[in-house]
Amino acid sequence: MTLPVALFAVVATATAVSALGVVLSQRIVRSAVWLLFTLVGVAVLYFLLGAEFLGAAQLVVYVGGTLVLVVFGIMLTAQGPFDTLTTRPAEWAVGGTLGVALFALLAHAVMGVEAKPAGDGPLPGTGPLGVAFLGDYLLPFEIVSVHLLVVLIGAAYLARAKRRAKP
Amino acid sequence: MSELGPTPFLILAAFLFACGVVCVAAKRNAIGILMGVELVLNAANLNLVTFARFDPRFRLEGQVFALLVVVLAAAEAAVALAIVLNFYNTHTTVDVDDGNELKG
Repeated sequence: MTLPVALFAVVATATAVSALGVVLSQRIVRSAVWLLFTLVGVAVLYFLLGAEFLGAAQLVVYVGGTLVLVVFGIMLTAQGPFDTLTTRPAEWAVGGTLGVALFALLAHAVMGVEAKPAGDGPLPGTGPLGVAFLGDYLLPFEIVSVHLLVVLIGAAYLARAKRRAKP
Repeated sequence: MSELGPTPFLILAAFLFACGVVCVAAKRNAIGILMGVELVLNAANLNLVTFARFDPRFRLEGQVFALLVVVLAAAEAAVALAIVLNFYNTHTTVDVDDGNELKG
């Protein structure tokens, strides 16, 4: 077993177990911590695939930004230190059946992907990515940036402090 | 890298996707549902990067679209959390089963 295979086995196992933890843990804060490990695992997989800039962006934006936002949301909406909303067993049955069926379908589809001759050399780094964002992909880049601005203004408007309507 | 192939990555992405869908379907906390959506987006991103690595035609495009998805996921989380906070202000709960009226 070579080093990439061993690394992939370890990281993939950790990521999959963490994803299961997100689904199965009852307390929402613990779900957030499992999600942290899942996101870090996916970032390590990006590094393993050779997409260094994307792995760094995943760490900075997801782990440093989005997850902190989620934890803030949990703290602002928690009614007690161990707030828990339990799911009924029937809902677990329906959701679990759906998940297993979906995984079986996707795995069956994935088995049909034939292995192409892998590209030579490392993936394009930050230089080609920056040129692509300011060249061929300028329009999506601009749309995303304006979208981000609109979203920030909208979120600040939606979440502004106002008097509670009914106590 | 060449001895690994795309299939293990794709299977892991499928597993993450299924976990995210189960999370969305089974959680009652609105923020738990948001975490499920994050899992689904990460699974899609892992697929994009895998094909960027293993298909010579998508070496640049896979990374470009994965970066766009990361930005859109951050934006989606911000708006969803604002909506959840608004819902909590009016209903004093984040149980999505209580959000069953049109004008609360």
